[in-house]
Amino acid sequence: MFMRVGLFIPCYIDQFYPQVAVATLQILERSGCEVVYPLKQTCCGQPMANSGFEHLTGGCNELFIKNFAEFDYIVSPSGSCVLHIKDHLHSDQAAAPALAIRSKIYELVEFLTDILRIEKIEARFPHKVGVHQSCHGQRGLKLSQMTELMAPAFSKPERLLKLVEGIELIELDRKDECCGFGGTFCVAEEAVSVKMGKDRVTDHTLHGAEYITAADMSCLMHLEGILERQQSPLKVIHIAEILNAGRQESPSPDKFSNA
Amino acid sequence: MSANHKDHAALAGQFNKDEQRVDWHDQTLWWVRQKRDKAAHQVADWEQLRETASAIKNNTLSRLSEYLEQFEEQATRNGVTIHWAADAQEHNEIVTALLRKHKVDKIVKSKSMLTEECHLNDHLEQQGIEVVDTDLGERIVQLAGEPPSHIVLPCIHKKKEEIGELFHRHLGTPEGNADPQFLTRAARLHLREKFLTRRIAITGVNFAIAETGEFVVCTNEGNADMGAHLADVHIACMGIEKIIPERRHLGVFLRLLARSATGQPITTYSSHFRRPRKGQEMHLVLVDNGRSVQLGREAFRNSLKCIRCGACMNTCPVYRKSGGHSYHTAIAGPIGAILAPNLDMKKYADLPFASTLCGSCSNVCPVKIDIHDQLYKWRQVIVQEGNAPVAKKASMQAMNWVLSHPSVYHTAGKAGRWFMQNIPFAVNNRLNPWYKQRDMPAPPKESFGEWYKKNKSDKNK
Amino acid sequence: MNSREKILAAVRQNQPSFVELPPMQSPDNPGIPGEPTGSAEEEDLLLKNFQAVLESIGGTLFVVPGFGAIEKIVRERSVADARIVSTCPELSAVAEIDIRYKAPQELADIDLAIIRAHFGVAENAAVWVTEDLLPERALPFICEHLAVVLHRKDLVATMHDVYERIGSADYGFGVFIAGPSKTADIEQSLVLGAHGPGTMTVFLLDMDASDSQ
Repeated sequence: MFMRVGLFIPCYIDQFYPQVAVATLQILERSGCEVVYPLKQTCCGQPMANSGFEHLTGGCNELFIKNFAEFDYIVSPSGSCVLHIKDHLHSDQAAAPALAIRSKIYELVEFLTDILRIEKIEARFPHKVGVHQSCHGQRGLKLSQMTELMAPAFSKPERLLKLVEGIELIELDRKDECCGFGGTFCVAEEAVSVKMGKDRVTDHTLHGAEYITAADMSCLMHLEGILERQQSPLKVIHIAEILNAGRQESPSPDKFSNA
Repeated sequence: MSANHKDHAALAGQFNKDEQRVDWHDQTLWWVRQKRDKAAHQVADWEQLRETASAIKNNTLSRLSEYLEQFEEQATRNGVTIHWAADAQEHNEIVTALLRKHKVDKIVKSKSMLTEECHLNDHLEQQGIEVVDTDLGERIVQLAGEPPSHIVLPCIHKKKEEIGELFHRHLGTPEGNADPQFLTRAARLHLREKFLTRRIAITGVNFAIAETGEFVVCTNEGNADMGAHLADVHIACMGIEKIIPERRHLGVFLRLLARSATGQPITTYSSHFRRPRKGQEMHLVLVDNGRSVQLGREAFRNSLKCIRCGACMNTCPVYRKSGGHSYHTAIAGPIGAILAPNLDMKKYADLPFASTLCGSCSNVCPVKIDIHDQLYKWRQVIVQEGNAPVAKKASMQAMNWVLSHPSVYHTAGKAGRWFMQNIPFAVNNRLNPWYKQRDMPAPPKESFGEWYKKNKSDKNK
Repeated sequence: MNSREKILAAVRQNQPSFVELPPMQSPDNPGIPGEPTGSAEEEDLLLKNFQAVLESIGGTLFVVPGFGAIEKIVRERSVADARIVSTCPELSAVAEIDIRYKAPQELADIDLAIIRAHFGVAENAAVWVTEDLLPERALPFICEHLAVVLHRKDLVATMHDVYERIGSADYGFGVFIAGPSKTADIEQSLVLGAHGPGTMTVFLLDMDASDSQ
């Protein structure tokens, strides 16, 4: 099964959490994909669109199409960015490629589950882990069932995580409450944003989590900011890093740190 | 953003100064959300029921003028006098004129968010007319001189000690008594005297049936009925979107309403008014007040399907952790944020941004309003109409330029990463609101792009 | 142009293009249950559900073979000088049957009103009462305690079923009553007895029921 995959890395992962992108790349390569990271990519345009400036995202759209149209699939370790592209990517000049991209772009968990159909993962992460259900991935990409709906439960991230050796997933009081990041909301409505993040952190802490994981680094960055300020021992880790954990070549954050 | 009032972010900031109180408010409303979940689980094919309700409302909006005329014809034939009010002011004038005609200056009113929207109480009080709100929660906020903070649970923001204090001052209950049972009994006695002596009662309308000309009022307390059945004149006030086509459709809506609102299978009373009592006058005021304009907005007309259950407020983490008063409008929360900008875009430009677009609201809505999609779309309209703050506009244009020019983006360099100077949550500046209560990770040695170039770029040849 | 014309013109202009009504009872719409089978098991389940829900909302149920049993229960549970009224002539021994009053306010001192209902709905324990069953609309709201007499055969499963039974009935006023009046407005503490009656009792008439409950 030879697939040429374009790797789309959100700006804040590129700049702050490169190990997440490396882990994503390694997982995909190990699964038999040929992975290419177009060097000229920048951003999906979501921060502008969500702030009401969708009309300014034309440049981002054209650049995205230019960078990614050629691939069989486009994969990204970010639910919210993928959802944005799926819902909003359009171009007057390149209408057909835009449409094509919207149907072949996947967030990492859904790509592993629905396209690669992974049944085995060779990774080891012997820790208590709380799963944060990032909203766009959950309610937008249907990565897991939302508690609002009267419908059968399922969770693609949890299914993959349970394949990891030694892992223990903890229960939560509020399984899918929003963390409060919300893009520019995190600074425009700082008080509520932080309160929402603190409440999520408390839920995980009370249930004994050692790590909080999610498919969206933006949520984790926000929660990490709160945890660090609280000097909490609880750490955040992107799901790609867990699914790639315990292997010799796995990158650790320290490899990239300036310390 | 208007300088005349504080916006949601500022008001929410105030609300969050008392963290324990926020926790109390948040937990109380989350508990109501959980009750809704429990009730919904007990209805086989709940999701199908939502779909049916949504479809009935879609049909209703597509034939609204015909249904309104049918309703008017049926109701008139039944002996109900129908009035039409283009806006809030006209509604208030119509009600006042009816009271004057009957020489009444003391009335009772049961819960009606429509009258709240029209600021009826203020108007009547200015005319020297006493209005007693008879819903317990409404009476409490009336005594406190505040607007309700939630459309179904008006004083959810008030603690029982505060209510006890209010009752002590206004009703003469013993100081320090905060027992809900005792206070409710005191309110019953206090309001019973009003029911027995007032000649005119105003009620809201939950549903109006085009087919039969009847209208339905739902309460748990029985206050709408105690007012209407003892009064010589019953005035019902409703927004034009409250119409539903057929009587049997009530089966769908009455199964959804209370379960979505409070987790009850049905409210204690669902009163169907069709004809006035012998010797009684029954009036119904149909109010537009911006609804026909909203109907013409393709992206936002579905907000008119709302049956005012409040489920969106109970589930919204922003509402729970900022309180209804932070929205500075009669109807708060997610539904309020998509209704209010239609009434006054400048005044309510902040509301669609008081959200993380998590999508929970759309999925508890019994009539499947695409609330979170409409919040996103309102943001685009608000910015296009020139209601975004100037500073934000400038930074967005700068962001757009850089993100469209990869060479600029990528040559920002390690030391002064462009990203850290411009993306709002990353701006490396202690004045950035991000830093008030959060840390930011130290930037790594190299970005992923840099790592990839070093280790993998043979792929890109 | 008056407001009526203005509003209707604006609505006519702005309303979206026609969307059909959804099908109601149909195999494609499992949310709306189909015709009841009338089986004994189904009837048993109806009673069980009605009782369970009624009790969970603060109401009380008595299954009785006839009015004799109702009379007995009312006697046992009433204080000496209570004002008890009823619309059921069968209860003349314990209640005022010919309720005299000039204005509905005069009904304010009624301690217990015993009325009939047309139907009962199992999914929410609501009973359907129309004006023709009442001497005055205010009666079931103004009394201190309410009791409703219902035939077991008039129990239906859901609100869809009850509206099927109601059909196009020509009532001037009708009400679904589910349990005693209540409020939770003070810190979500449930209090039974707001402005309507503080208790609600359903006497379910079932010829096959035993006398002793």
